[in-house]
Amino acid sequence: MARGLSLVAGGGSRAVETCAPAKAGTQSGEAVGALRASGPLPSQGYWGLPQPPRPTLCELFAASARDGGWAGFLLPQIDAAKPLLWIQERMAIVEAGRVHPAGLGLAELIHVEARDARDALWAMEEGLRCASLSAVVGEIRGDPAVLDFTATRRLAVAAERSGVACWLVRLGGTANLSGARMRWRIASGPSLPHPFDPKAPGALAWDAELFRARGFAPGRWSVALETNRFHLLPPTGDRALEEERLYA
Amino acid sequence: MASGARPGMRLTDARALDPTLLAEPADPTGDAALLKRLARWAGRWSPLVEVDPSTARGTGGEDGLRLDVSGVAHLFGGEERLAADMERSFAGLGLTARIAIAPTAAAAWALARYAPPPWGEVSSRSGDGGGLRAFVPFPPPACGWHPPAGGELFAALAPLPVAALRLEARSVQILERLGLKTIGQLARVPRKSLQRRFREADNPLHALDRALGRRPEPLTAAPYAPSPRALARLAEPATHPEAAGQALERLVPDLARQLAQRRLGVRRLHLAGYRVDGSIAGSGVATAIPSRDPAHLHRLLKDKAAALDPGFGFDAFALTASWCEPLGAAQDSLVEEPDGVGEVAKLVDRLSVKLGAERVRRPVAVESHVPERASGWVAAVEVPLPLAGGVRGGPVPIVRHALPPAPSRKREGEKRPHHLLDHPEAIAVVYATPEGLPRRFVWRRLVHDIARVEGPERIAPEWWRERSSARLRDYYRVEDEAGRRYWIYREGVINDGRGGAPLWFLHGLFG
Repeated sequence: MARGLSLVAGGGSRAVETCAPAKAGTQSGEAVGALRASGPLPSQGYWGLPQPPRPTLCELFAASARDGGWAGFLLPQIDAAKPLLWIQERMAIVEAGRVHPAGLGLAELIHVEARDARDALWAMEEGLRCASLSAVVGEIRGDPAVLDFTATRRLAVAAERSGVACWLVRLGGTANLSGARMRWRIASGPSLPHPFDPKAPGALAWDAELFRARGFAPGRWSVALETNRFHLLPPTGDRALEEERLYA
Repeated sequence: MASGARPGMRLTDARALDPTLLAEPADPTGDAALLKRLARWAGRWSPLVEVDPSTARGTGGEDGLRLDVSGVAHLFGGEERLAADMERSFAGLGLTARIAIAPTAAAAWALARYAPPPWGEVSSRSGDGGGLRAFVPFPPPACGWHPPAGGELFAALAPLPVAALRLEARSVQILERLGLKTIGQLARVPRKSLQRRFREADNPLHALDRALGRRPEPLTAAPYAPSPRALARLAEPATHPEAAGQALERLVPDLARQLAQRRLGVRRLHLAGYRVDGSIAGSGVATAIPSRDPAHLHRLLKDKAAALDPGFGFDAFALTASWCEPLGAAQDSLVEEPDGVGEVAKLVDRLSVKLGAERVRRPVAVESHVPERASGWVAAVEVPLPLAGGVRGGPVPIVRHALPPAPSRKREGEKRPHHLLDHPEAIAVVYATPEGLPRRFVWRRLVHDIARVEGPERIAPEWWRERSSARLRDYYRVEDEAGRRYWIYREGVINDGRGGAPLWFLHGLFG
């Protein structure tokens, strides 16, 4: 199995650069099969993060407000050249902090601080009517009563009509019925080794679970962001344990 | 001045003559703006007011107003009273005014500036130089200009120096070399001999004619255009709350028409409902870029109109565009074209009207390396929209805070968190050595074991802004065993003399 994948011998996990294309033979066929156990692969063999074909509403669930990993997962998927509308509910700001533009690297940002979830949802819908935005990001804490299936369905329809991606981030929310086309659960994972400093955190990594999607099979991946692309990581860093898990 | 200091002297010379002189830097743009406002204010005496375009020699800049007071003097009880009223009003503003009333503008200019004390009355007032009043007892022409009324005007102008004719310095020099020092001497010279010595543009003979009224010198008053306003009067008082909404459907197209005629776009709108008992209910709306699109303005005003309280009933409604900016006609002709900047501006308007202007904001880079100050925010309706941004990490508009502007690009290797807590939260940290890397911290009652650390990044306090007891911060980028990444800092170093043991805080969250 190791032949087809370019794994680095020695401790630690290392991102898989590419998956072996399927034409190489049985060894790489096994390798592809090993990865297939956890999620779909496009036909040419490169793993790509499942992204909706048209801009639509995607929901991100963070386990709690103290885990800020979802932001690093979200930002590379947004076009940074166009204006971004970022709406934060007041309680989300209190618990998880306010957006810091110096850390985002966007060309243009409009930030809205909404008093409650109702105002935040209204602002998101208004933002989705403007076709010149790159995306609308809304942060909501917990499970407010106003965020029900109807509200999410309206957001999804508005996003698809105008072609503006909408990201609804739920900090510490429960996954009830929702009209979102893709629903992720994002948790921060241990980062990759830093190339120069063994003690420093390296490239960002997450444990991303797509538990409901239209057009994709749900799956759970360990993903890392290297060179501005999402790469797969084996779920645990230990290769022997990994083989046992897959073939036992 | 009494001590001998005169305008045009060097500051050191003037100070030598009078040590109590105060020196203030000149502000020509501020003075010009003030003069424009004074011109508007001087409309209380005359409808035609103009800021004097000619500069007074030696002082530079504009510092005069010309008013056409034909037919106005009787409203104030005579010219003397008019002049006294003017002087009192200007003194109330703290300005010393030299006022002269004469049949022609040039003569009034000359008298106000150059009339020597024995001619007019000198009224000394609390020692600040006093106001000089000089007037010629002439009825001013009722309309247009008349041939000169006679010798009194000439007699008033004759003793004044030739510089009072508003000539160029060179012409004045030539005249003085020729021995013509006063206007009276100039007038006695035969015209033909002076005609060919001076250029057409700056001929002292023409200036003399203008002063004596033989040549017209029209006054172009600064146009005063009232703000565009749409008024709707109701036939009978309306007490139901939808009255304002219905009136809006008439007011907005009317106002849009007026704006289109004057090629203006509105930035601030004010809707006022006049009640039967005399009180006024009003609310305002702002836009980010000038607009006169009726649909957009109607959408912004709808909710505000519905929120007006009728009280005993509305009699009339007025929609005023209190702040307008020029907006070319070309904008209208692009029908339904998706214009990125315009669309975003309209979105910002809608959000600001409903949620409040201070809740919809844009980032503005501030000259500070303290992280919570470096990201400044400004209301999105106030800031003109940034030009089409470039790539990731592109520049954002900079606000200068008494420091020269610095490049706005993110410095290499400087990592900043995605989210920053408004108030850094205190955490309890366990570390191996006092200046070493942290090992474990407790935040919001949960223990985080630190697996990876990067740091410290030292951010010293801005000594020019903060107290001397402010402590530096050593920032660490930490990752706990679960992978969550935080930005924490230690405030102060042990034994730095500014406090006890340093405290630790959590400032931001990384992705």
